[in-house]
Amino acid sequence: MASQELLINYLPILVFMAIACVVSVAMILGSLLLGKQNPDSEKNSAYECGFDAFQDARNKFDVRFYLVCLLFIIFDLEIAFLFPWAISLGEIGVFGFWSMIVFLTILTVGFIYEWKKGALDWE
Amino acid sequence: MIIQALAFYLFAGILSLSALAVITARNPVHSVLFLILAFFNASGLFLLLGAEFIAMILVIVYVGAVAVLFLFVVMMLDINFSDLRKGAMQYVPVGLLIGLILLIELAVIYQTWSLDAITAAASISMANMGETTNTELIGANLYTNYVLPFQIAGLILFVAMIGAIVLTHRSRPGVKRQKVAQQYARQRDEAMEIVKVTPRTGA
Amino acid sequence: MMELWETYGIWTAFTLLYIVLIVGGVLLSVAYLTYAERKVLGGMQRRQGPMTVGPFGLLQPIADGLKLFSKETIIPSQANKPVFLMAPMLLFALSLVAWAVIPFDKGWVLANINVGVLYLFAISSMGVYGVIMAGWASNSRYAFLGALRSASQMVSYEVSMGLIIVCVLLCVGTLNLTEIVTTPRPVWMQILLFPMFIVFLVSILAETNRAPFDLPEGESEITGGFMVEYSAMTFALFFLGEYANMILMSAITTTLFLGGWLPPFSMWLPAGITDVLALVPGLVWFALKTAAVLFVFLWARATLPRYRYDQLMRLGWKIFLPLTLFWVVLVAGTLLTFDALP
Repeated sequence: MASQELLINYLPILVFMAIACVVSVAMILGSLLLGKQNPDSEKNSAYECGFDAFQDARNKFDVRFYLVCLLFIIFDLEIAFLFPWAISLGEIGVFGFWSMIVFLTILTVGFIYEWKKGALDWE
Repeated sequence: MIIQALAFYLFAGILSLSALAVITARNPVHSVLFLILAFFNASGLFLLLGAEFIAMILVIVYVGAVAVLFLFVVMMLDINFSDLRKGAMQYVPVGLLIGLILLIELAVIYQTWSLDAITAAASISMANMGETTNTELIGANLYTNYVLPFQIAGLILFVAMIGAIVLTHRSRPGVKRQKVAQQYARQRDEAMEIVKVTPRTGA
Repeated sequence: MMELWETYGIWTAFTLLYIVLIVGGVLLSVAYLTYAERKVLGGMQRRQGPMTVGPFGLLQPIADGLKLFSKETIIPSQANKPVFLMAPMLLFALSLVAWAVIPFDKGWVLANINVGVLYLFAISSMGVYGVIMAGWASNSRYAFLGALRSASQMVSYEVSMGLIIVCVLLCVGTLNLTEIVTTPRPVWMQILLFPMFIVFLVSILAETNRAPFDLPEGESEITGGFMVEYSAMTFALFFLGEYANMILMSAITTTLFLGGWLPPFSMWLPAGITDVLALVPGLVWFALKTAAVLFVFLWARATLPRYRYDQLMRLGWKIFLPLTLFWVVLVAGTLLTFDALP
């Protein structure tokens, strides 16, 4: 098990998360109980321009949104690699620097490829 | 120490329950949401082990990025999941077999490895750490001592990037795009014409 | 019993008090941020803003809150009820818990963890779930489209935000927010980071879905985006969450770039003036700096027209991403060359 001092720092966050959940649930519950509830089938139908929805709102959409998400995962991982590097660059010095440059160059080649392919274009 | 144990059972309990809910939930979106809860609790367990960096990266990468993609796919692809689910029962024996193998492996590890030795080694390394945080330790080792695995990780990411584009990108012909460079390059002469209008002639 | 109280009780009481103070402070700031927003927008358009409720309309946000609280909560019959209700709660709770690691003054931080920056990054990367869940659970066209747009937008700008944070980390060499504030930065380092400060400001506008990047809400096209089906307190929680996030992002900017609770311009001013400035409590400086960043939010809203979606994506992926990536290498190279790494 880890040292006590390290964990004691995280305990308030756990308490805070519990309190934040309680506060948000209480706010919605309080409003549900205290406000006047008068449901109606028209009132509860989905918002459309005056007529009823023809079909389920959840349908297929542009594949580009997936592509953005995929690219985000890759760059997020890249950033995850950059964090410890940024912290310890003073220790690892020139070798660490060039090691990261090689890594970034590989990814930049991929980035240029997607740029040229037009994967970043929206219309 | 009691709080630590309580926190462990809290995280481990929610983790197991939500993992169970992932495979039993009828609605696939609920499955993914439970999966996110499971990731979150797993990061809590890492934290209890003192692995702050891994815990946070788990949330950033898995919860913040990977699960978003899962959610996108599950929510918005119009897949009929009840059809997919029909054949799932035939895989139960295989799943049980894999589970059993993992369980046996765990038991073997528990038998052969002396847990005391591991905790002793861990406490020594913890003591040696002193003031350095584990992020710094990762940074000091990953880019120098483990430079080859690090570059391979970069190559894997590169392949993933190419793969994502090859698989999903479709260029649609005949779409008008804004060409910023062209807009900026436009000069006054080609954009407008100054006409001298003589009044009251109607021309 | 007395010993038990001394070891645990005081700590617990102090922690709880601190949390209550943070929650209360954030809620109060949100209330008066909405007031300030209306006043600032009013001023920029030569209007007076709210004037009726209370002196100078000062009670307006309280009245708005009470009104929303007493309204009817409409849950669409087609909606997925648990997810529909969870979405605003999640967004609001996240905007609160992030404050746990923000240092308000010297030593005034609830959880002084080693990886504070990563914690903030993790919490803000989870915000996208509230949006997707809301859009999906509402089962409405507008909400669905708004959620899609909003999610891709938040995700796109998170990349450049992460890279900018890496630039700052290079200069300070720690992930602890208190140490980030206290590590001295020479003037040339501040100049080196200044372009990143500007890019960060623009990115937080996009990350919080504020004007000119408020396409997910885009009332003229998708009528309010992912929160179109929400009413009463469920809507209020989205609203509170959004504004609390604005304040949070401003506080993060203050901590990363503007020196947190330290008195400003200590590099340039003569010693006499800095001594006087140092008399002001750090919390006041922190609040003033955060308010200044918040003013930029409102200023941008009053001044700039909304971006088009393709322009937004181009700015994020084709301009900010290469620029920040280049800057990471530039900062690292400069620090390495001049042997200025911490």
